[in-house]
Amino acid sequence: MPPVLVIARLTVQEASRRRLLLALLILTLIVVGFSAWGFNKITTVTRSDGTTLPHDQVALITSQLLIVVTFMFSGVLALSAAVVAGPLISSEVESGLLLSMLARPVRRSEVVIGKWLGLAVLVAVYAAGSALLELIAVDWATGYLPPHPIELTVFVAAEGLVLLSLGLVLSTRLSGITAGVIALVAWLMGWIAGVVGDIGTGLQNQALQNVGIVSHLLLPSDGLWRGAIYAMEPDTYLAALRAAGTFGRANPFAAVDPPPIQFLVWVLIWFALLLGLSVWSFRTREI
Amino acid sequence: MTDVAEKTEEEASPRGEASGTPAVKTVELTKRFGRTVALAGLSMTVPRGEVFGFLGPNGAGKTTAVKLLLGLLTPTSGEGWLLGRPVGDLQTRRRIGYLPELFRYQGWLTAAEVLSLHCELAPLPRSSWKDEVRTALETVGLTDRAHDRVGTFSKGMQQRLGLGAALLGEPELVFLDEPTSALDPVGRHDVREIIRGLAARGTAVFLNSHLLSEVEQVCDRVAVVDHGRVIASGTMDELLGGTSVRLRVAGLTQADKNALSGFGRIDDEGDQLTFAGLDPDRVPELVASIVAKGGRVFEVAPRHETLEDRFLQLLQDEEK
Repeated sequence: MPPVLVIARLTVQEASRRRLLLALLILTLIVVGFSAWGFNKITTVTRSDGTTLPHDQVALITSQLLIVVTFMFSGVLALSAAVVAGPLISSEVESGLLLSMLARPVRRSEVVIGKWLGLAVLVAVYAAGSALLELIAVDWATGYLPPHPIELTVFVAAEGLVLLSLGLVLSTRLSGITAGVIALVAWLMGWIAGVVGDIGTGLQNQALQNVGIVSHLLLPSDGLWRGAIYAMEPDTYLAALRAAGTFGRANPFAAVDPPPIQFLVWVLIWFALLLGLSVWSFRTREI
Repeated sequence: MTDVAEKTEEEASPRGEASGTPAVKTVELTKRFGRTVALAGLSMTVPRGEVFGFLGPNGAGKTTAVKLLLGLLTPTSGEGWLLGRPVGDLQTRRRIGYLPELFRYQGWLTAAEVLSLHCELAPLPRSSWKDEVRTALETVGLTDRAHDRVGTFSKGMQQRLGLGAALLGEPELVFLDEPTSALDPVGRHDVREIIRGLAARGTAVFLNSHLLSEVEQVCDRVAVVDHGRVIASGTMDELLGGTSVRLRVAGLTQADKNALSGFGRIDDEGDQLTFAGLDPDRVPELVASIVAKGGRVFEVAPRHETLEDRFLQLLQDEEK
């Protein structure tokens, strides 16, 4: 097996042996269970005349609640990716664990890419697994499924990969705690900058809108989150948003349009840049 | 800034390639960290199959030298070669074993899994892993703990495991950086036996240590480094050529003691005088001189100079 895959396998193995996967699985099952119970309650809400809500209204409320629940899942994924990626390189340099491995015929680029790959697999598996469980639960509870479940999963996973990539590049030079904290703060600032951009849209203020645009380019996590939102919005809700004009666009939990293709291309370039920067940074680090 | 570790050499170097070349050769290898000179113009040659002791006090530059040779650090200037190939050559690392001073292995893996991982990274043929792992575990005395997680190991056991990893694949050159720092006396004895075993099969050993008795017992050749500079080097015979004589005396003034300096360098500890580098044939003459100056001699003990004597003398000379 090539060294890059050995390192990737080792990263997955470490997460498994340290019971990170088990902890995430248990927490996910608890959240999915509670949310299924909560979603089911929507179908039992009665109106003043004693009748239950019609299916369209149940679907609308469910879609909005699903966005909030998914925000929580994407947050867990982003936080976990940042916390795990932050010490990915630095802790092994500080402990000396990498010394004996790097004395083998292993390139530093293989170590960096292998670790990214291993953690990326975990992020993708968690995103796909939690999305599958949650959507099955919602479908069972309300009979509602979001219009684009595959795209939803891809966007949530990609948001996790953004935080993973940011944590990794910081980890090549900074201590684990510092790298993790910076990645988390950057993620929150990115989200807030997205909200500022929304306010700019609502007020038709170009300067504020630019804050959102620039933040999406620097750290695409919020832009990808908007893609996930769009994948969860039913057509009736989208039509209502569009009818609301600029105010329909000024909402951090709503997306009137899918992410433009130029943005998605930029995200791919951003991943390549950060991975390249991580490799360069670690190759030039003395350990 | 330049790449630290990797000079790509795609073709595998067959074992024994350029076997006429030294195991280690450096020319003016220098490393500075900011304004601190960690290694100042290290030039040395370690022949194949020899056990080479690299001695020095803490902070002398020993570990820096090893890391430079393994490509973990970039030299500020100078050059180095391992097994005839430039430092940093990836393929040469197939033929090298390394036990770091800061030894640490994956605590979530078992000892056998850690060794298998190093077999895979080495890379050794998969068919040989089982035998390699078993042999390494036997050699370092960890067979009984093969399937226990490394996280449950004591420091000494982790160091043994690291030594086992360094021995995988019968390397042609092994770097051991303070290999007994966490070991008990039995463990130290075992390591000396392992080093002798390596030398017997023709493996060159680069032994970084400040445990002088350990070095004295196993090394063919040593270099003493202090403040990043080699201050002495040679075979053990070349370094430890002299004899010292220790006398217990009374009745000598400081002027009398100074007058005896013609017999050799004096280590004056009050009533204990040690004369370094004194020809044993001149001992009666020394005793007669002391008596002639009114001194009384209670004990005369000639002894061969130890590496510790020589080491301390070299460091003292450096400080003057």
